[in-house]
Amino acid sequence: MNQKEKTIQFLSGDEALGRGAYEAGLGVACAYPGTPSTEILEYLSKYSEVDSQWSVNEKVAFEVALGAAIGGVRSLYASKHVGLNVAMDPLMTASYTGINAGFVIVVCDDPGLHSSQNEQDTRWVSIYGKLPMIEPSSPSEAYRFIKEAFQISEQFDTPVLFRMTTRVAHSKEGVQIAVRTENEKKALPMDISKYVMVPGNAFKRHILVEKRMENLSKYAETTTLNSLETGNSGIGFLTSGVSYHYIKEMFPDASVLKLGFTYPFCDSKIREFSRDLKELYIVEELDPFIEEHVKTLGIPFKTKENSYRIGELQPQDIPRIVEGLPRTEVKSTARKPVLCRGCPHRFVFTILKRLKVTVAGDIGCYTLGATPPLSALHTCICMGAGITVHEGLRRAHPDQKIIGVIGDSTFIHSGITGLINAVYNNMKGLIIILDNSTTAMTGGQNHPGTGQTITGQKAPRLLLEEICKSCGVTNVDVLTPFKFKELESLIRQRLAEDALSVIIAREPCRLIERRRSPAPEYVQSKCKKCGLCLSIDCPGVVKTEDGYITIDQETCAGCNLCVEICSPKALRQHG
Amino acid sequence: MGNSNVYNILFCGTGGQGVLKASEVCGVAAVNAGFKVKKSEVHGMAQRGGSVESHLRIGKEVYSPLIIPGQADFLVSFHEDESKRMNHFLSPQGVDFTPFLEKVNQLPDHRLVNTFFLGILASRLPIPEKHWHEAIKCVIGKKIDENIAIFRMGFAI
Repeated sequence: MNQKEKTIQFLSGDEALGRGAYEAGLGVACAYPGTPSTEILEYLSKYSEVDSQWSVNEKVAFEVALGAAIGGVRSLYASKHVGLNVAMDPLMTASYTGINAGFVIVVCDDPGLHSSQNEQDTRWVSIYGKLPMIEPSSPSEAYRFIKEAFQISEQFDTPVLFRMTTRVAHSKEGVQIAVRTENEKKALPMDISKYVMVPGNAFKRHILVEKRMENLSKYAETTTLNSLETGNSGIGFLTSGVSYHYIKEMFPDASVLKLGFTYPFCDSKIREFSRDLKELYIVEELDPFIEEHVKTLGIPFKTKENSYRIGELQPQDIPRIVEGLPRTEVKSTARKPVLCRGCPHRFVFTILKRLKVTVAGDIGCYTLGATPPLSALHTCICMGAGITVHEGLRRAHPDQKIIGVIGDSTFIHSGITGLINAVYNNMKGLIIILDNSTTAMTGGQNHPGTGQTITGQKAPRLLLEEICKSCGVTNVDVLTPFKFKELESLIRQRLAEDALSVIIAREPCRLIERRRSPAPEYVQSKCKKCGLCLSIDCPGVVKTEDGYITIDQETCAGCNLCVEICSPKALRQHG
Repeated sequence: MGNSNVYNILFCGTGGQGVLKASEVCGVAAVNAGFKVKKSEVHGMAQRGGSVESHLRIGKEVYSPLIIPGQADFLVSFHEDESKRMNHFLSPQGVDFTPFLEKVNQLPDHRLVNTFFLGILASRLPIPEKHWHEAIKCVIGKKIDENIAIFRMGFAI
């Protein structure tokens, strides 16, 4: 171990997982950024022994990592829950092929939708994909369990699902770390019947998969990943993940069976646990995953009221769950996020709002273009859908003004196929690529368009305009959104044409280039209180009590968008 | 200290104010001083000017990474609106840092409000000063002398 490294480190769940995987001899790690999973690869990329990468999307990440595992090197895939949906195709068949060296699929769910478009419970993938699943409840467990995950993967010839939630991934605690163990690299496999999934081979592999699940069920009964604490209050909790800590906080004297190896279930252990209890409670976040299974065992239990299936649990919820009470409705008063001061996206959405167009959106910072008062983005489903939903909307309403917007990283992730589809199927329309030259929402990760790898090494830079041209798009323009009037007239022009056009609105993210210019000057006597400057939702333009405005000098980045749209000319550029 | 031998500290403010960094310094100092620590926060939207909160719990044994409403010993708020929003977390005996926001204008550099607040917090926690200095060096990493000077100003209050 590096002498400078402390043996107890203050690590997040993501970092602790990364550290544990590193110590387990991890060789290859692949991911596409996504909150709350991003920090796993950011952490791993600092180790030269681990071949880390930001992959183009989750399907690619999964396949590269799986390939490495088939090749005999311990490997890891990481993404958020919706990211794993993108990788479901290889996942379902990787369950059949198995592996050559340990392969762990890390997936981070986001109960409470802190930064996600849905609240899916990925635990179901373990049943559907016939894969074992491990769930740590804390960073120190993430560290410890990931090592076991690699062993289980190799012992049972299976990919292992490793599921965390936001409260595990983004909580921190002191974690006792150790040194890395190197694994012997295995030879390239030549086993066609194992790795070529044509019907005849796959049928035989399916038989082995079912056998494997039986063996894993037996393993579930003995593994120390499932832990039992016997209390003296007569009531017991069956739980998994962070909920365990809320139970310990609120019912320190209760018995607890915590499932760290959540699937397959340890039926005998659950039966035995329930036997001596006066009352068994099942406490789990989101879906009734454990609950549905325990029903099949015929064991009586009490569980949360249905309202708790929505949102994350908090410690104070546990007594209410025990009492059978529903969730108390708490109206969120949290300050809403807005596009940053000086954000180039604000220029584009100001124009789109003015043009009163329907906008198919995508996943990224620019989804904030949907929040009032901008309200200039009308759909957001998943990555790539800015282009494809644009096409669908236009097919439904060929006579309407419809625009698709997508980010640079998202375009590379899964926008290109949609663009080819539009060209191929003779679609007309306008796509704006909001190119801020980074993966901004997750904190600024590199991607093929930035010309740098995860470690900051130079890579060939993918030129989005060249890709669009090769796809067969009729008009491809590149323009900085800071040229407000030019961009507006270009959008008007392209919208009127009977062609498929792409405008690449390129300007680096404000969080990368923290350029600041002096704030504009405000001449109150000219102000007509029309509210135009407030309609751009800039944190630097503040309404005063008398109905006028003031420019917050601290906040203003000097982008002058408010000057551009102030028709009474009450705002003017500094100097 | 709350009834469970755990110090509950709730940091809150808005994106970009240094809320998470302040919580991180305190967490590192507490871990280095030998305490069990749990810290919980949410990233992602934070940099976009939204509400930011970080729960920090320090003690001999800590379970929940989240503080229970009504049990925070310290509400370290960087913004008056956020203080109001998070006030229900404060215990009846808890210390509300909101009044200290008035003193921020007296600082040589008001952007260092987070180190100033850490100083005030440090004077009320059983973490030796050397661990605070080490954590500031390790987590903030720049303008160390300035930060430590402002930390001391806070400590003296």
